[in-house]
Amino acid sequence: MLEVSDLKVSYGPVQAVDGVSFTVEDGSITAVLGANGAGKTTLLRAMTGLVRSRAGSVRYQGKELVGMAPEDIVRLGVAHVPEGRGVIQDLSVEENLRLGALWRSDRPDRRRALDEVFSIFPPLAERRRRSAYTLSGGERQMLVVGRALMARPRLLLLDEPSLGLAPMITAQIMELVASLSSNSGLTVLLVEQNARSALSIAARAVVLSLGKVAVQADASALAGDEELRHHYLGF
Amino acid sequence: MTRVLDYTLNGVTYGMIYAAVAMALVLIWRATRIVNFAQGAMAMLSTYVAVSVLERGANYWEALLAAMAFGLVAGAVVERGLIRPVENKPPLNAVIVTLGLLILIEAAAGMIWGDSFRAYPAHFSVVGLKVGRNHIALSDFDLYVIGAVVVVMFALLVLFRWTGIGLRMRASAFEPEVARLLGVRVGRMLTLGWALAAVVGAIAGVLVAPKVFLEPNNMDNVLIYAFTAAILGGLDSPVGALVGGLGMGLALSFVGGYLRSSLETPGAFVILIVILMIRPTGIFSGAVPRRV
Repeated sequence: MLEVSDLKVSYGPVQAVDGVSFTVEDGSITAVLGANGAGKTTLLRAMTGLVRSRAGSVRYQGKELVGMAPEDIVRLGVAHVPEGRGVIQDLSVEENLRLGALWRSDRPDRRRALDEVFSIFPPLAERRRRSAYTLSGGERQMLVVGRALMARPRLLLLDEPSLGLAPMITAQIMELVASLSSNSGLTVLLVEQNARSALSIAARAVVLSLGKVAVQADASALAGDEELRHHYLGF
Repeated sequence: MTRVLDYTLNGVTYGMIYAAVAMALVLIWRATRIVNFAQGAMAMLSTYVAVSVLERGANYWEALLAAMAFGLVAGAVVERGLIRPVENKPPLNAVIVTLGLLILIEAAAGMIWGDSFRAYPAHFSVVGLKVGRNHIALSDFDLYVIGAVVVVMFALLVLFRWTGIGLRMRASAFEPEVARLLGVRVGRMLTLGWALAAVVGAIAGVLVAPKVFLEPNNMDNVLIYAFTAAILGGLDSPVGALVGGLGMGLALSFVGGYLRSSLETPGAFVILIVILMIRPTGIFSGAVPRRV
């Protein structure tokens, strides 16, 4: 279980995350929604140690993540696909994927993981030796999700996977995330500006506004409440 | 006609040394986006360590190994201690630190071992090989120098292309934040990059010492030539370092041969200025656009 308690993160004088608290049940998908600048990305970056939290705590399976370095948090089974995807363009598709599992010492299992990712994402298999720079937006999204899966995470943080993608591709990615979660029990925290597609696969939703939690509800309830949707999510 | 051949051969041999030091500069640039102006001085210091070991009765190969071991440790210590604090600061800070380190190392070497020139054994014959009735400007020792640099470059290629550590080092250089999210201990990879570059520099220092003799400033010119070679080849490109090094070696050999040897260093600066004016990104910097 993931528990965020009164997390505070600031960039100098700007309070980007201002006392955020919520919990995520194992095996569920939770959407983190809100307008630009609401603090969604900062929240994720603070959870995986890319930025320092001023106060508060993030407990995953009982372990305190605040204060840990990203490379150690990853070793606890947490994977973070950052904003902008983080494709390493100068490396090949296969090299990007292999990188995801290198910290694990079980070499045969790393090979198995690679085969599994290729079977989930056939387009990646077709392009395995190509430089990642040549991939389209949708293929890049597949690449970074596949790369995150290489380490067999139990918790996956996804930052705006739909960014820059055509609606059809977005739908495919969402469907994939949903099936991954239901098939293998993967816990997913999904930051999205495309609230509609996120709510379609999420069980719970947390809406941020100006660094604070504005709404915390079941996804279906939020999708069904016209006033809330309109006010916070713009549809 | 034989003059052209001799200058060419001479240029190739020296060019490989410049290529090796240029390689070390490129390694560090790719890892930490810093130009290590102290690269030559560190190589010189490693060579002095080798000489000290020789004076205690070791053989040529043991001395070379000692230089490489010293380089490995020195490179790691310098990165961890001196460079880490300035890695994410404005570039000028790193420039000042590495220049300061250069001055410090050369002064220290002078204080410990004195200023006078020392000879360094070549271990192979330095007599030009005989082709027909003439001696050409290529000796067993020159062949060994060329071969050694080729081996080093091949080893680096294998390391970076085919090993997990190489992959992690490349990822750490290209996208350090993403690499951390993939469990890569980026700090250790940067230290390793500096350590490897110092080993390559140490090898270059030992290879060139028999020709230019050992004294605290002996790598100053080599650094200038290697730096120009690295820029020529595009600071990001190991292949460019090789081509740039050979290019510089040949160009300077002809300048020194046909004009005057004292014009070699000014000649190198002329080449550097011209490159920076017409194609500052170098010949081999890839046209791959980077996400900004």
